[in-house]
Amino acid sequence: MFETIVFIVFAVVAMVGAFAMLAARNTVFSAMGLLATMFSIAVFYILLDAHFVAAVQVIVYAGAVMTLFLFVIMLIGVDRIEGRDEEIPFQRPITVVLVVGLFAVIVAAGSSAWVTGWRLFGETDLNGTIETVADALFGTWMIPFLSTVFLLTIAAVGTIALAQFGPGGLHAVDEDDDHEERVS
Amino acid sequence: MIVSVGWYMTLAAGLFSLGAVGVLLRRNALVMFMSIELMLNSVNLTFVAAGGELGLIEGQVAALFVMVVAAAEVTVGLAIIVAVFRRRGTANVDQLSELEG
Repeated sequence: MFETIVFIVFAVVAMVGAFAMLAARNTVFSAMGLLATMFSIAVFYILLDAHFVAAVQVIVYAGAVMTLFLFVIMLIGVDRIEGRDEEIPFQRPITVVLVVGLFAVIVAAGSSAWVTGWRLFGETDLNGTIETVADALFGTWMIPFLSTVFLLTIAAVGTIALAQFGPGGLHAVDEDDDHEERVS
Repeated sequence: MIVSVGWYMTLAAGLFSLGAVGVLLRRNALVMFMSIELMLNSVNLTFVAAGGELGLIEGQVAALFVMVVAAAEVTVGLAIIVAVFRRRGTANVDQLSELEG
């Protein structure tokens, strides 16, 4: 019963957060809506006994990723309101129809293949503590785990390389470039 | 009333659809990026819910790998957005149409 109440409350919070992210015209409000959704998903992980993934969700997404988003929002300007005019005719109705169709297809495909009620090893009590996750991560999935090290290194190097690009190409960012004027 | 895995799957499908709306409708590159993050998160939720239902820890391991890829993607993507903004002075994807035929 308690689980049901928590699920319903945070499902509502997650959906409202996602709607707020879509509808907000100010980018900071979009980031706050996404933050609410991320926290709700962390709560769902705790409900599913995935405690370690929940902690990582809060630290990585609600912490690092959202900080990065807010930092970039502050960097490139919060006061630039996006217009509502549409480049493609009937973009909004077409999108709604397509996405409702997408949702229907996902639910239809999923409900023909629900995993409900089928348990591989009987009534397994899966407890996603650090120990159980690490056993799998450093045992069976050692090679994929190590390859993520290379992925993160390459991403960091690529980000540093991209930061060197200015208006005139690589290493061309001067102290007195016309960045401030072009913002307005 | 017990929360079954189908509830989580339906919620994740809803969040994924909302993320798709954001990618298709919004013109701000940052908000489109946040929508992609939302879609990745909803898929993570299905991984963890299905893994819990099957009693397999691999669902959570897959979610962790998705988080790693998403973190790398966010750093590179935001660096690209900042580089484009410094060069073009806008993050509106409608105005970034140099590749248009």
